[in-house]
Amino acid sequence: MAVIEARDLHRTYKTTTGTIRRRSLEVEAVRGVTFDVEKGELFGLLGPNGAGKTTTIKMLITLLIPTSGDARVLGYDVVKDVREVRKRIGYVFGGDRGVYERLSGLDNLRYFAELYGVPGREIRPRIEELLELVGLKGREKERVEGYSRGMKQRLHVARGLLHDPPVVFLDEPTIGLDPVGARELRATIASLTQAGKTVLLTTHYMFEADALCDRIAVIAKGEIVAHGTPAHLKAGVEEGAVVEVEVFGIPDGTVERVRELEGVRSVGVEEREQAQVLVVQTPADVELTGAILGRIDGASVGRISRREPTLEDAYVALVGSSE
Amino acid sequence: MKAAVRLLALGWVFHLKMLSRSAFDGLLGVMWPLFFATVAFFMFQAGGGQQTLLYASLGAAVMGIWSMTSTSAGSALQRERWNGTLEVLVAAPANFALVLLPLTIAMSTIGIYCLVATLLWGRLVFGIELELVHPLLFAISVPAAVLSIGAFGFLLAVSFVRYRFAWALGNLFEYPVWLICGFLVPLSLLPSWVRPISWLLAPTWGVRAIRESALGGSPLPDVLICLALGAAYVLAGVLVLDTVLRAARAKAALSLT
Repeated sequence: MAVIEARDLHRTYKTTTGTIRRRSLEVEAVRGVTFDVEKGELFGLLGPNGAGKTTTIKMLITLLIPTSGDARVLGYDVVKDVREVRKRIGYVFGGDRGVYERLSGLDNLRYFAELYGVPGREIRPRIEELLELVGLKGREKERVEGYSRGMKQRLHVARGLLHDPPVVFLDEPTIGLDPVGARELRATIASLTQAGKTVLLTTHYMFEADALCDRIAVIAKGEIVAHGTPAHLKAGVEEGAVVEVEVFGIPDGTVERVRELEGVRSVGVEEREQAQVLVVQTPADVELTGAILGRIDGASVGRISRREPTLEDAYVALVGSSE
Repeated sequence: MKAAVRLLALGWVFHLKMLSRSAFDGLLGVMWPLFFATVAFFMFQAGGGQQTLLYASLGAAVMGIWSMTSTSAGSALQRERWNGTLEVLVAAPANFALVLLPLTIAMSTIGIYCLVATLLWGRLVFGIELELVHPLLFAISVPAAVLSIGAFGFLLAVSFVRYRFAWALGNLFEYPVWLICGFLVPLSLLPSWVRPISWLLAPTWGVRAIRESALGGSPLPDVLICLALGAAYVLAGVLVLDTVLRAARAKAALSLT
């Protein structure tokens, strides 16, 4: 039996627009998501902002009820067996929110240890152990409002692990962290599976998913567009090529015009200092450099290169093809 | 049972600590009761003697406890939403009633300061002596009023979990309760149709118990009714909480700000 099972999960949000003439709208955030996570696995849910990652995770941790479909964690239904699920999971989300800033890190951890039912005599050693793990030892008595973003994030991780849950959900835990802080946090995440925990991680950083995850599901517009090991996903685009064209001020409509070219699999734009780089994925045996240049009207062009695709390109192609 | 009491006690200390750390709330807390007391003293000074002023003083003190709870319960829940802690609290396996109740009791506890500040203000500025007829019953009446007002705050907070604009309801209730519960004006002066509403509100019995223990009378029945109503509010809140939480999960209302 899989530790986490999601079956055809759907979630629709109802919202309204307009002030006088109010109109009700339905937004389908998750549209039939299905996946399994096995014991001890680090599973990544990878997708751009608004893809449905957080909605999916919130359904799995019992904060949202699915519109349809069902999900189980350790065999417990996330809608009916709410308390049983909550006892066995840890939940960590990214950003500054979710902690009591006016109180110390230690106050926060003590309070949440009570909420998570950690036995009284175990609270102190458990907090000590976690402070060591997340590198907050010595700073625990300071108010959280004085912590850096990275420290707050590490406090979140400690909070999520207080009751030593077998399953941990991490929702974009490295968002907004500096590279060193993010690297340290990734090392902590990697250590969770070594301790036998099952981890579901959402991220929009391809390299993070590549470095940490045993398997990845790529989600875009509420649907899983691909899943497999990082190597499997890379293999899907290895038979292609990537043309990168440095342009100084891309004219409006260029991306659409390049996308219309026969053989183009996906088109993206990356900002690099003063220039933008047009990243075009094509089949390996098709040479489209000249045609691409022909679609860039009048803009000044810099370096042009052709290379083999990376995992990030696989991600861009998968997400791009769903648009 | 032991774990539940421990969670209630620790939650109360935690939220009390949290609430006492806000300079803005602290300043409001200091100013409010003094303002209420001054208005009440000036209103009653014209027509009454020492006893009447003490009557007004005690009413103003409970006004402070009530105002701290009714307006703060909504804003505290809204603050939990903004901080992203509401979701974290709901996602914990603890019974949510045991998480929410200490929060509102902590607010009304801060209201005890209102009582002390009002009585001191009356003594120092207006020369109102506090001579208690039943000191022991006074010592029981005050925590009974605080607990039952906190319990009413809990009932309000339950609705704030589901309806994010319900904090406005807390503000809306603030002033009518001053009148309906007889904080300033005796209930006998209100229209008869208002009285059944007054009887259902614990602050009515709380302020009566406090006054009768200070000025003379038989406050014990008032204390008991006040506590019974507080217990009924908690029971009603606990009974609807699961339904409210389920609705909040269905409508995705926990993280909306």
